[in-house]
Amino acid sequence: MAEPRVMDIKDQPGFRSIAIICLLVLYVPVLILMIFSFNSGSLVTHWEGVTLNWYGSALRNEEFHSAARNTLIISVTATIVSTICATLAAIGMTRVKPWRGLAAAFMVINLPLMVPEIITAVATLSFFALIAGTLGLNFGIGNLILAHTVFCIPFAYMPIRARLEDMDLTLEYAAADLYATPWNAFRRITLPLLVPGIMSGAALAFIVSFDDFTITQLVAGPGQTTLPLYIWNQIRRPMTPEINAISTILLLVSILFVSVSFLIARRRAK
Amino acid sequence: MTTATLSPTTLSKAALFEAQAVKTSARRNRLLSLPALIIIGIFGVLPLLIICVYSFLVAAPYGGVQWQFSTDAYLNFLFQRDIFDDTLQFTSDFLIIYLRSFLFAVVTTVICLLLGFPTAYFMATRPPAQRNWWVLLITIPFWSNLLVRTLAIMFIIRDEGLINNALLALGVIDKPITMLYTNFAIQLGLLYAFLPFMVLPLYSSLEKLDFRLIEAAYDLYATRRQVLWRVIIPMSKPGIIAGCLLVFIPALGAYVTPLILGGGVHLMIGDLIAQQFGSGRNWPLGCAQALILMAAVLVALFFYVRNTSGKVQHG
Repeated sequence: MAEPRVMDIKDQPGFRSIAIICLLVLYVPVLILMIFSFNSGSLVTHWEGVTLNWYGSALRNEEFHSAARNTLIISVTATIVSTICATLAAIGMTRVKPWRGLAAAFMVINLPLMVPEIITAVATLSFFALIAGTLGLNFGIGNLILAHTVFCIPFAYMPIRARLEDMDLTLEYAAADLYATPWNAFRRITLPLLVPGIMSGAALAFIVSFDDFTITQLVAGPGQTTLPLYIWNQIRRPMTPEINAISTILLLVSILFVSVSFLIARRRAK
Repeated sequence: MTTATLSPTTLSKAALFEAQAVKTSARRNRLLSLPALIIIGIFGVLPLLIICVYSFLVAAPYGGVQWQFSTDAYLNFLFQRDIFDDTLQFTSDFLIIYLRSFLFAVVTTVICLLLGFPTAYFMATRPPAQRNWWVLLITIPFWSNLLVRTLAIMFIIRDEGLINNALLALGVIDKPITMLYTNFAIQLGLLYAFLPFMVLPLYSSLEKLDFRLIEAAYDLYATRRQVLWRVIIPMSKPGIIAGCLLVFIPALGAYVTPLILGGGVHLMIGDLIAQQFGSGRNWPLGCAQALILMAAVLVALFFYVRNTSGKVQHG
């Protein structure tokens, strides 16, 4: 495979340059945003030297604190609930004989991925308005948690299901042969093998919830500002590098979780 | 039951018992899908049915709906009711926004394909260790906050942004070019947002490509161009279709990008729908528009299913 002649056969002229251009296009704007979060001037676009002040002022900012608190409450709860549901569903849909309605169940689980986000957003808003109007029920921040849980489930489901499908079934059969009850076989064999898939799924669920703007913006009630909503509120005022600092923090959280999820998935492939 | 007493008959009995146990546990296992199905059913599927109902109701004056049947929301899509004589007059306002969004989405899909295909192919032909790095690099923007990434584009194309500053400093222009809050800005933002959505599915289909077929084509005196158009591209058709859908569907309903880069002046379908729930205070109209968008998405998905299932039958 390493023969230069073979590599040459696969190559197409110009593809390397386009690939590099794509990478630059994807990263340069974000890198510039990150670099300007260290700008000591208060104007967003004139470079005046390096400082960490904007991170300091962001971290001391009361509004930032409450937005960060809301974001964490919502995304941690949504991640836990959706990962548990997704794990159960993945087992219920792979470790079974095909049952009638399996295809329909699969479609329901993946529905949030197929419906454009704005439609999910207005539908969820209408739903909670109806509940509040007819039953007088308002779950407060629970509304956002429920809305997030719905779209987190398919993201957590995908890696868990993939892991279950890759898994060697002979171990489970061996456990059953050795008189393990189904529960014991699951707890001692399947679950430990499934942990990387669950972690990868939970990481993805956390990112999509942490980063969500569209659904949150439409469903959020007063006082339920999350970090993306906080950034959106700041954009409409004269911008300072503080917003770049907060954006950079958000990006770093995403990059951390994507990399964790990616590395866990890679390790499994080896 | 102890191992000492195991005779061939008890063994087969044990096997039978075991098979029975596996079967009942398998039947019980399917109930495990229930929590996920209930949550998505109540908070995901039911809301979609509610907006179907809402789209046939009358708007309440301060947002929300009045329970009174009406098809006005759908009529409003193409007609406007005259406030004086109550006649319907054709209006193209919404139609234009829909057509414009469609055009934006098509241009985004085509350019993403033109840039994404060579990138994915290049990635797929790297040695495995290098490939992982490329995949991680494309995956990071795929999962990164769309709002922040759009903000980064805004930061660059503002009047006092980096592009204008650089051009002014070089003396190419003497006053800033207005790029922000134009159609150009939206188009650029959409391309930037959805490029990874094209590259990743293309990569996963190109990665499985049988490169011996390319060798065979060269042995049969195909040129590089012929190999590309007659071997590589036809073989990666499922990936191309998947990538195009993954870009087209979210681009058509894009909300954040036109909201920030279009400045609320240049709307796309997504913003139009959200506006009816905000300042427009016409929920039935917003619901009807959401359902019209959903119909467009279903048409796209239908073509996808037909194309891919046809592929299976022929292949």
